[in-house]
Parts: sequence; C-alpha cells; structure tokens
Amino acid sequence: MRSYLLHRLWQSAVTLVLATIVVFLGVRALPGDPALAFAGEERDPASLAAIRERLGLNDSLVVQYGKFVLGALRGDLGTSTRTGIPVSTMIGTGLPVTIELSLLALLVAIVLGVTTGVVAAVRRGRPAEWFANALALLGLSVPNFWLGLIAILYLAVGLGLFPASGFVPFGEDPVANLHHLVLPALVLGTGIAAIVMRQTRSAMLESLGADYIRTARAKGASPRAVIGRHALRNSLVVVVTVVGLQLGILISGAVVTERIFGLPGFGKMTIDAVFQRDYPVIQGVVLVTAAAYILINFLVDVAYSLIDPRIRVAGGQS
Amino acid sequence: MTATEIVTPPAPDPGATPPRRRAALRRLRRSPLGIAGFAVLAVAVLASVLAPVLAPYSPAQVHFDAPFQIPGTVGFALGTDDLGRDVLSRILFGLRASLEVGVLAVALALVVGVPLGLAAGYFRALDAVISRFTDLMLAFPFLLLAVGLAAIRGPSLGNAALALGISQIPGMIRVVRSETFRLKNLDFVAASLVDGASDVWVLGRHVLPNALSAVIVQATVAIPQAIIGESVLSFLGLGIQPPDPSLGTMLADAQQYAAQAPWTAVVPGLAIMLVALAFNLFGDALRDALDPRSSR
Repeated sequence: MRSYLLHRLWQSAVTLVLATIVVFLGVRALPGDPALAFAGEERDPASLAAIRERLGLNDSLVVQYGKFVLGALRGDLGTSTRTGIPVSTMIGTGLPVTIELSLLALLVAIVLGVTTGVVAAVRRGRPAEWFANALALLGLSVPNFWLGLIAILYLAVGLGLFPASGFVPFGEDPVANLHHLVLPALVLGTGIAAIVMRQTRSAMLESLGADYIRTARAKGASPRAVIGRHALRNSLVVVVTVVGLQLGILISGAVVTERIFGLPGFGKMTIDAVFQRDYPVIQGVVLVTAAAYILINFLVDVAYSLIDPRIRVAGGQS
Repeated sequence: MTATEIVTPPAPDPGATPPRRRAALRRLRRSPLGIAGFAVLAVAVLASVLAPVLAPYSPAQVHFDAPFQIPGTVGFALGTDDLGRDVLSRILFGLRASLEVGVLAVALALVVGVPLGLAAGYFRALDAVISRFTDLMLAFPFLLLAVGLAAIRGPSLGNAALALGISQIPGMIRVVRSETFRLKNLDFVAASLVDGASDVWVLGRHVLPNALSAVIVQATVAIPQAIIGESVLSFLGLGIQPPDPSLGTMLADAQQYAAQAPWTAVVPGLAIMLVALAFNLFGDALRDALDPRSSR
C-alpha cells in the first residue's frame, strides 16, 4: 500500500514538473517582447532595458525557470499586464465560482448518470433500457453550449423561469446563488451524465452476471438489496474512475458554460485574457489548471486504491 | 536476431482472415441504427464536399434587403441571419469545416498515438516514458491547449484541429497500448518471434492488423468529439475566424439576436447534433460488429 502510494506520488511529481516546463517554454514561445507589453506607451530604449532587467529577461533560461517555479511555489504568478492586479488574486476570485459550478454539474452528472445507468442494466431488453440508451446517446451528441443557448432562449428569456445570466455569491444570498446556477450546472452536467451512464450500465451488467450476485440471490436477498448493496457498490469503483477522467472535459466545459451564462469565473477570465493578450494571466491559469488536474487525479487514484484493494496490488506490480 | 534469415510463419493471423471481417460486415448490415448513422454521414459528407455546387449562395454573401427571413421563405429554405446571409449555404460550408477539423484532428491522433501506443505496449522500457507523456498531455484540457495555441499562433482552423488532435492522442495511445499488451502474449506472436521475426515485423505484421478494430472504433468515437470541440472553439472565437462560416461561429453570432430569430441558433446546433449522433450510432454499431462479445 505504502509503496504504491509513493510510486503514484513520484509519478505525479514528475508529471507536475514536466507541466511547469511546458507552461514556461510555452510562454517564452509567445510572439512579441514581454517588455514592450509592460512598457505600454513608453518606448525609449533605456526604460525598456530597465523593464527587461526588472522582469529578469536577461537571465539564462534555466535561471528564469528557477525564478518562475520559486515564484509559483510562493503563490506569486506575476501581475496582469492589463489590470495590474496580481494573477493569484484574480484566480482567487474566479476559482470559487468555477468550483461551485463544477461541483453542482458533477452532482447532476452522477445523479442522472448513475440512475439511468442502473435502470438500463436492470431493465435490460425493456423499453426503459431503450429510453435510457437513447438519452445517453443524445447527451453524447449534443454540444452542451448549444443546449445552454437554447435553455436561455426558451427557459430563461421565453418563460422567465431562470435568470439568463449573472451571478450572486453564495454568502450573499444562497437561494439566488443556486437559482443562477441551476441552468449552467444542468447544461454542463448532462454531457458528463451520458458518459457516467454508459460506464455505470456496462459495469452493472458485468456485476449482475458475477457469481456473488447469484449467491446473494440464492440466499434469498431481496432484489433491491442485490442491486443496491452488491451490484451497484461494486460498480461504483468504475464510476469514481470515470468521473476522475472527465475532469478535463469538466474544466473545458466550465469555460464555455461561464461564457454563455456570464458567470464571473475562471473560464471567463481565461478567454478574456486570450483576447487581451494578457500573457501572465494565461500562464497562471494554465499552470493552476494543470496542477489541479494532476493533484485531483492523484487523489482519485488514492481513493480508488482505498475502495478496491485489488487495484493497489496490481498497481504495485506494474 | 539476424535480419538476413527472416522466415515468416504461414499467416497464423486470425484478424487478417477474411471470414471474420465478412462476419463483422454482416453484423453491421443487420444493425438498423448503424445503417441510419452511416446514411446520415454519407449525406453529410456528400453535402459538404458538394457545398460549392449545392449552396444557393456564397456563404458570405449578404442581402441587406432580406435580414431575418424565417425558414421556408422563397429563396432561403432555412432563413437568413442579421446580415441577410443564407443560413442553408452557411450550414453547408460550416459542415465542411467541421468535418475537416474532425478528420484532421483524428488523423493527427492516429499518426502520433498509434506508433506510441504500439511502442508502449510492446517495449516495457518505453512504457514508463510514454505513460508520463500521456499523463502530461492529459493535464492540459483541450480548451486550455487551444487557448495556449491561440495565444502563441493566433486562432485558426489549423490550430483548432491541432489542439483537438493533441487532446485525442492520450486516448489513442491507451487503446493501442492495451491491445498491443494483450496481443503480444498470444501464441502466434510468440511463434513468430521464435521463428526469428524482428520486433518491427511482428508489430507491423501481427500486432497492428489485429489492433486495427480497436483503433477504428476509437477513431469513430473521437471524430464526433472533435467536431463538437471545433464548434466550441469557434463559438469562443478560438477556432475558425469570420467571415469563414463555421457552425460554432454561426452560434456565436446567433447569441446576439436569438430571441428575434431563434432559427439562427436552432439550425446550426441541430446540424452539429445530427452529425455527432450519426457518428456515435455508426461507431456503436461498428464496435458491436467488430467485437460481438461487447454487444448486449
């Protein structure tokens, strides 16, 4: 167990270091002189040289990389060239919105996906399975942002059931906060629900065919207990992994969803930064996302090995 | 192992034998949903290839005297947008761009992912290195890749395809790697090696042909993802740039006046959905046909 965790920790650390190198080199590959971007209207050589010195652009790449990593470790991701606000502060204000949206979307995905997946597996060959499969197929094929546009058009603007855009912090007014996030979370969650449904269904079908299910049935356990306590619990391991793997989709999806619903999150900040050529913000956002992704995947693996002992044995061997 | 004395076993290769392929094709023909998906795809591909012939107007042609014509108007079967541009013509050309990005992205994933997957599954020493590489790519979600590429090289169709292709590589590597891993331990591969075949020969002659089914299925899953991804990027302004038509930019434009002209938001979305659905239906049927064990 310990050796498995150490092995995974080491792998994650290597990936994280590689990710910082990619981000660092990516930013160096950007067109244009960063000193010029900082100088703004001031273009005389002396002040440019001063800025270059202050930004450390005269150092060797290795020294620059070292400074970049040390700064990032201290939480210093530079300052926005547009607003002058530290990037870490900007991320600090945008991130909670995105995290809340993502968690709500995950909730939607798990509730919808697991329920329909279980129904499809248990009601095999009946109309309910057909219906659940059709829903999943549609969920995989619909562009989520389009679903968002249509929801705004008909549910928000047309029927006035939900606000079409904007955001209220949870601390200020929890009800209004959730009211603003219902549509975005549904829109973001449905696509992932489709993936969760398919995995739950196939995992359930596999569990339901296993020997221990026959044993449970033979000893007289109720169908509810067989499905809930035996089959579903074993299938949930698969679901946990799948949810972990969907993180990239969740992050990408959050960016678009925030854009459509005008939520002041991480994603909106990212897109704005691209169009304003605000390189320090882009660098910070990409770095924080990659680090979060690696960390969460590590945690998913740890959780996974705690749930299912077979994983850490097999994992330790490879 | 000397390269001079390569004796090949007389094709003990179950995957390459025609009867299995024929059986798969027969199963595929028996799937009504798979056929429906294939038919829609065929129509979509034809329509987009023939877009210059089929489209009533140039996709950028404006009719200032006819903005916001509802679908069904004479001359504008699917209506017009705020500038009086013909929605049907724009859909046809947009579809063309979507399919182009989808195919390009998956081609990139194939070209990079298949060799890396073969290497990772076959050579133990390379597995760890390639797995770190896969983890690294997974740490950058496609949207952030696209953001980075757009910042470095400017937004374009090519960059959208590049970002989407890169994000498809890890999935392709994983599929090919696990197939290779499984095949490498089968008897006919061992027999071939004992016979003195080189590793490259074994990979090319035995492993790859047998892994092809899995690769094809993965590709049919990846293409609709890339098509939807392209529409997302173009919607955000990170993909195809106006005035070039794209289903994503059409939706971005429609956002401004959707309440006034809902069809401008509904039609492009339906087009994306239909194509993605067709790919998914066809892909599901193909998977069931190639691997009967996985079917319900």
